[in-house]
Amino acid sequence: MGQTVSEKIISKAAGLTEVKPGDVVTCSVDLAMIHDSGGPRRVKQIMEKLGANVWDPNKVVLVSDHFAHNTDSESMKILQLTRDWAKGQKIDNFYDQEGICHIVTPERGHLLPGMFAVGGDSHSPTGGAFGCFMFGVGSTDMLGILVTGKTWVKVPETININWSGSLKQGVVAKDMALRMCAALGMNGGAYQAIQYTGDAVQSLSMTERMTLCNMSAELGAQTGIIAPDEITYEYIREAGGHIEDENNLISDDDANYLIKHEFSANDLEPQVATPHSPANSTEIKNIEKVQVDKFYIGACTGAKLVDLSMAAKILKNNKVAAGKQLTVAPASSKIYNQASENGVMSILTEAGAKLLPPGCGACAGYGAGVLENNEVCLASTARNFQGRMGSSTSHVYLGSPYTVAASAVTGTITDPREFLED
Amino acid sequence: MSGIVWKFGNDINTDVLAPGIYIKEPIQVLATHCLESIDVDFANKVKVGDFVLAGENFGIGSSREQAAQVLKELGVAAVIAKSFGGIFYRNAFNLGLPAVVIKKESNIDAGDCIKLELETGRINNQTKGVEIFAEIVPDNLLGLIKTGGLLGQLEKLKNIPNREYQ
Repeated sequence: MGQTVSEKIISKAAGLTEVKPGDVVTCSVDLAMIHDSGGPRRVKQIMEKLGANVWDPNKVVLVSDHFAHNTDSESMKILQLTRDWAKGQKIDNFYDQEGICHIVTPERGHLLPGMFAVGGDSHSPTGGAFGCFMFGVGSTDMLGILVTGKTWVKVPETININWSGSLKQGVVAKDMALRMCAALGMNGGAYQAIQYTGDAVQSLSMTERMTLCNMSAELGAQTGIIAPDEITYEYIREAGGHIEDENNLISDDDANYLIKHEFSANDLEPQVATPHSPANSTEIKNIEKVQVDKFYIGACTGAKLVDLSMAAKILKNNKVAAGKQLTVAPASSKIYNQASENGVMSILTEAGAKLLPPGCGACAGYGAGVLENNEVCLASTARNFQGRMGSSTSHVYLGSPYTVAASAVTGTITDPREFLED
Repeated sequence: MSGIVWKFGNDINTDVLAPGIYIKEPIQVLATHCLESIDVDFANKVKVGDFVLAGENFGIGSSREQAAQVLKELGVAAVIAKSFGGIFYRNAFNLGLPAVVIKKESNIDAGDCIKLELETGRINNQTKGVEIFAEIVPDNLLGLIKTGGLLGQLEKLKNIPNREYQ
């Protein structure tokens, strides 16, 4: 029986020639990504008690992103503890408040196709865009990995989601992700591995693929993976990653899938998720004109260069509506620099957007920009659970960066295509 | 183990279990906010040994293991649900909190007193006088519960790789 990409990666990591879905196997970890919230502050003390050090500092990437740029004393202490731990454990791959882990890690060339990788964060399936089997774990799980270099997995079934056709103007990977959440629900991934295929997926840029794989978390999947191709290799080469073997990481023709889902990109409309679940997504025409107080372009899901560029395309020669607030928190310092150099940033700020430094920020309810009681927000983030972005009485809608920017101009939820017609 | 049942619906997520705005607080404080956006009384009234019963996809969302840790802190004996978010499921066992799957409608209501036998999956609803069976917990995870979670297992490892010796 042939194997899927995920099964091939797990087999290799487990030192076996073949694995079957349902097998419980112990795997060697190629890369462990941790952040300031679930990382050192949760594992340092216990590692000291165990008398253990990190199994291989070169295989650990540490990113301070959750408490980044917060100035309260508790956050400052956490950030310092993170620095001290990195030094003590000789972690060279430490990025202190330079962006969000899911973005910084591939941006610096750490993710390579075929890796069995874990991240101490639920949006770790983002790494699947690079052909990694990458999934999120909690901090005790990560503790075990940091000291042994190994972890167990129950080999997941592979769910194939195939997107045929091509996206229309103003419709992007975020809309694909929201559409899948609506169609399949937040348990549609059933903690299995999703493999995305099809013309509409292959033609996505690398960073749009990251958005798609990122929201595999909202589908309840263990990971979401795209077989690597020339677009993947080109991104990794530019990021400074070294690829040993630029081929052969594809699913076998006779590989087995739990289920195959078919979607068409041709007739996909911009999607918006209503509070309090990404699975409440619907076509934008069903909820146009909803009044919004705050607009947020941020997070690993929605503040990459491609996302900021979408917003700029809308905001060029437009202004944020009077009395409304649009906040932009670029997903990394590098993205901030690129957007500054290519003029995107000045379009955003001249339109009235307020800038926040790179980090997870308000998406996860941290720091500046969190929501007050009863506030309504439209965000380019992944998750709109009750209370996630602040007050438990706030309401969060989700949309693409195009949709957030267009709505910020009018003050109500607005179809971005009204601003994109030739 | 036997205790009173607290019943919740589908998709109980990590943000309602352990809200991000309180995540910097000590676990004892975070626990007082557990599920408050759905049931303000839960954290005050739940007793040591009680059970949380829920529908599909319990613990979906973030990887924050505080979502499982607050339940343990409050003394919850086990979470019983139709399905679990995968990260929560791993986290729960790593912390020594059993997460048990029952696929069918359970005929268990909020306030019922139940007894759970983890090894066999037998759930005795003492209030209604009926018995149902949960799915058997896999051996490797049952092992985690017996050793008090992953930390208990790590403490037993004699040869934790240590780069000082490599």
